[in-house]
Amino acid sequence: MRNIDQGALMKLNKILRNTFLVLFACLVLSACATSKKSTGQMQGDVYTGTDTVEYLASGVPDRVFFATNESVLTTASRETLRKQAAWLRKNSDITIVLEGHADERGTREYNLALGERRANAAKDYLMTYGISSNRISVLSYGKERPVDSGSNPLAWSKNRRSVTVKAN
Amino acid sequence: MRNLIILFLIFIVPTNALGLIEVDITRGNLNPLPIAVSPLSIDDESKKSFEKTLKKKDIGSEISKVIEKNLKTSGLFNPLDKNAFLQAPDIAHLKPRFEDWNLIKAQALITGKVKNVDDKLRVEFRLWDVLAGKEMMALAFTTVPNNWRRVGHIITDKVYERLTGEKGYFDTRIIYVAEEGPKTKRIKKLAIMDQDGANNKFLTLGNELVLTPRFNPTSQMVTYLSYFRNLPRVYLLDIETGIQEVVGDFPGMTFAPRFSPNGKKIIMSFAKDGNSDIYTMDLENRIVEKITNHPSIDTSPSYSPDGKFICFNSDRSGYQQIYVMKSDGSNVKRISFGNGLYGTPVWSPRGDLIAFTKLHKGKFYIGVMRTDGSGERLLTENFYQEAPSWSPNGRVLIFYRETKTDDKGEGFSAKLWSIDLTGYNERLVDTPTDASDPSWSSLLSN
Repeated sequence: MRNIDQGALMKLNKILRNTFLVLFACLVLSACATSKKSTGQMQGDVYTGTDTVEYLASGVPDRVFFATNESVLTTASRETLRKQAAWLRKNSDITIVLEGHADERGTREYNLALGERRANAAKDYLMTYGISSNRISVLSYGKERPVDSGSNPLAWSKNRRSVTVKAN
Repeated sequence: MRNLIILFLIFIVPTNALGLIEVDITRGNLNPLPIAVSPLSIDDESKKSFEKTLKKKDIGSEISKVIEKNLKTSGLFNPLDKNAFLQAPDIAHLKPRFEDWNLIKAQALITGKVKNVDDKLRVEFRLWDVLAGKEMMALAFTTVPNNWRRVGHIITDKVYERLTGEKGYFDTRIIYVAEEGPKTKRIKKLAIMDQDGANNKFLTLGNELVLTPRFNPTSQMVTYLSYFRNLPRVYLLDIETGIQEVVGDFPGMTFAPRFSPNGKKIIMSFAKDGNSDIYTMDLENRIVEKITNHPSIDTSPSYSPDGKFICFNSDRSGYQQIYVMKSDGSNVKRISFGNGLYGTPVWSPRGDLIAFTKLHKGKFYIGVMRTDGSGERLLTENFYQEAPSWSPNGRVLIFYRETKTDDKGEGFSAKLWSIDLTGYNERLVDTPTDASDPSWSSLLSN
């Protein structure tokens, strides 16, 4: 599914990490300005790191993160999705599944609905950037498939996500 | 299970019940009733034949162990140590020497007799009031030998009912999700077992994710969520035949299924375009009805036992809260107003209470409230627990609990627990693997 050359990926990761560091510094500064709490790779309780992120193509991260109980797209999420939309426009034969997830701090059934709502928030945004809805399907996993098995705010923030997965 | 033949040969309930022992189940188990369960006596010939067919040395004593464990688990009874019993089982069954039983502080006594009659298992038992020196009830059944555990459960149900005045919940089963593997790649299977953990059986292979199985209150049907072919849909499963089918033809995820009290409808959520609403499907004519119509998440629906109302979970106020409406979707009223988030409402089979999960300040609670939202009572607090399911008599809740992982993200487990409505008698329910999403069946025999 993800057939990017490993070496290139490593390099990319390094570059991205650096840009993220800068970005992160900016976020910390702005966080201080707005007095929002920021711990490690989180702003508020939205994950801002790249630990779990994979890449659909060079410079196109595969996932966006959400605040607790929220399905609102953050500025960073919208940027990621715009990159995904641009890439999908260039690769018009590709179809995708948006997999919506929740953290473990909620009831199972509500989390299934929440995951679906998150994936659809991403879908709606991709559609406003010209991606046809028949190229996108949506699948909620609720809290069933965490990427981080930790029981702490950082792990939970990584798990509140919508992941764009190539379907063909 | 259909092949259970129960013949009630004797049924004597003394008319002068006044003054006989009673167990108050509305309070905690501070003083469980001391009860002696004498091993059921068995003649040598029957013993030998059952040993051959059932691979149990003394089936009479095995049945009494089932009864004993049930009584102990209920928290209302304190089965006494058999080593202290002075009277032989066969003689005690004919005429207990009440002074002897009194001496070991037994207030009630169960005696019985097992016999092989035409390769059937014939069991009779008696319940005695030791202080009053009287027989309280006597019953006999005949059944196929393989049903011997159920005989123990049915006897417990009869004893429980006679002493508490309410129906028991021992001749029942639990369907649940068996879990294995790391937290990030959990393998889940449907599993079913007797209420006491015996006869555990897996119903699916674990090839696809399965969640939230629930019993039909009137039959051996189950509804659950399966990710078969990566399409999360509500399914119907007949436990006896193993036949399953998808419920309805929805262009998206259906989830959170439950049966209506008469077993003829399934109520569930259907999610589309980021919005989950509640729907019902009639299992006979396949007619689908939309019950809620709101841009918020509406899920976890559960009928009142008379079928006239539905409680459900919605975040239409901004956060997860519990609502009640008429079964046609009208008169929606929010009933949870305490601090925190509320989810998974389930209507008690008695009709007077709604059990729920509450999340407040990073802790999860299982609690109950009246159907108008008043009288909220939290029964248990933990790092994570949810999804209560009622025992058929509405006296016990079973739910699941997950552990917090350590710094390395290890040490995850999920287990079933039960607790009395009183908030006492919290117990781990033994399962061969990790377990979640329990659902309690109705009484198998009534």
